[in-house]
Amino acid sequence: MSIDAKGVEKLAQLARLDISEKDIAATTRSIGEVLKLVDQLQQLDTRQIEPLSHPLDAKQRLRADRVTETNQRDAFEALAPLCEDGLYLVPRVIE
Amino acid sequence: MHNKTLREISNDLASGLYSSEEITGELLARCERLNGALNAFISITPELALAQARQADARRAKGDAAALTGVPMAHKDIFCTQGIRTSAGSHMLDNFISPYDATVVERLKADGMVCLGKTNMDEFAMGSSNETSWYGPVHNPWKKGAVPGGSSGGSAAAVAARMVPATTGTDTGGSIRQPASLCGITGLKPTYGRVSRWGMVAFASSLDQAGPMARTAEDCALLLQSMAGFDERDSTCMDYSVEDYLAALEQPLAGLRIGLPREYFNHGLDPAMGALLQAAADLLQAQGATLHEVSLPHADLAISTYYIIAPAECSTNLSRYDGVRYGYRCKDPANLMDLYCRSRSEAFGDEVKRRILVGTYVLSAGFYDAYYRQAQKARRLINNDFASAFEAVDLILCPSALGAAFDMGSKTANPVDMYKEDLYTIPVNLAGLPALTAPCGFINGMPAGLQLVAPHFAEARLLQVAHQYQQLTDWHLARPDMRIWGESS
Repeated sequence: MSIDAKGVEKLAQLARLDISEKDIAATTRSIGEVLKLVDQLQQLDTRQIEPLSHPLDAKQRLRADRVTETNQRDAFEALAPLCEDGLYLVPRVIE
Repeated sequence: MHNKTLREISNDLASGLYSSEEITGELLARCERLNGALNAFISITPELALAQARQADARRAKGDAAALTGVPMAHKDIFCTQGIRTSAGSHMLDNFISPYDATVVERLKADGMVCLGKTNMDEFAMGSSNETSWYGPVHNPWKKGAVPGGSSGGSAAAVAARMVPATTGTDTGGSIRQPASLCGITGLKPTYGRVSRWGMVAFASSLDQAGPMARTAEDCALLLQSMAGFDERDSTCMDYSVEDYLAALEQPLAGLRIGLPREYFNHGLDPAMGALLQAAADLLQAQGATLHEVSLPHADLAISTYYIIAPAECSTNLSRYDGVRYGYRCKDPANLMDLYCRSRSEAFGDEVKRRILVGTYVLSAGFYDAYYRQAQKARRLINNDFASAFEAVDLILCPSALGAAFDMGSKTANPVDMYKEDLYTIPVNLAGLPALTAPCGFINGMPAGLQLVAPHFAEARLLQVAHQYQQLTDWHLARPDMRIWGESS
């Protein structure tokens, strides 16, 4: 399947990325190269094959629902770009 | 002192030939001198290293030292290290000082290893040449202007340049083995789930695995012994007993069945690489191993399969970088959407963005079955190929990389040229198998490595065969001429 500049812009929007006008042609071309590579699999007959999501076919382990971590709020807040009174600050969403 | 292996340093420390503080000081000075030219480290941490070295010496004085106590090493900058920047080679995490240690870091620290710093890498481990790092490319110590491979390029270069005897690396599609091959060192990618991924910055969670990089198989055995084992904090870590890797090293090779995959030894293989592998196979055969042709019929699907699964998992994992909780935030965002989009666009490099976009494409509504699900089915076929092969042989011998190290900039025009670099390593990740790369000769003066692949959890067998091979050969002892970097040796 090929992709055009409009398709790439749509993808970028879904992925929360901005692609500048000057980069869109090159990005479209390189995404097209990768899609051409992976399109090889379209020819493969896999009707009888079960998908493999874990390389050892292991099941996700579950744990008891209890608190195991200590509260490190101060350490995490120190890493945030903008934080105040225990809240992460972002631009106003509701006017 | 800098030419010594991890094992030799361990022995010297035990016999009191020098202290950890002495060797740490000497290697720190060498790292500082060489790093301007090689760029193998993103961070060098002298104060912390010397403090750890003094602790290790005190521990030894009390008679409480383990084999790794006081031995210097460095972590790939993808492992969280408490109080030290953990950048994953990205502008996004340039300001990220980890509040905790990864399990791998914690384990090696508990054994008393001394961490000299954090090694350079492709951004978020996405690359095969170390050219995508936000901190600039790493030079291959063997030749100016040649790549060290990637993504663990800094880890491989640091070991090859004798800056440290050992490093950690991670391997999602070949990121330990391909740079080990290009830099002439030994590297091991363990079975998926053998080593905890907790605290390791995630790229593709069903493929990522941490492993040791050093000069010999014996050194890798010492490191893996400490790194491996169950960790309940990683839900994909396997609760499976850890073998005694050191004890396995001395087992003879008689009766070992080695498979050579027909699909890898065809016309596509570089003849020089083919000749080196044949020489290695002949040597192992002379030690009593038997050689058998095996088939991996779906080998040609591996790159396509990988470049659906890895970007899909990458786009999911990297959605966490939103400019809100940690990492880079753009200046003066107009609104929330602008904050997300601009923070991500300004801080991710081109290759990372490309993989996020491809991943978003293959997971999007209407395409999921055609791409992602289809790739998971192809992954089972590739997995089954190995399972069938391992019914007839104990081990597979094949190339690690297409050839020797290439020049910087020579594979950056089309991303697919770089993706093909991992032809021989990617299938192993898709099948979750353990594999080891060890030096096996030179191509035009540059090192090349063989790859050994074993069934799940047979790391001891890989280390045994590589160790036996290294008793008979001296390729792993060859070292780059460091005079080109201004060193006397």
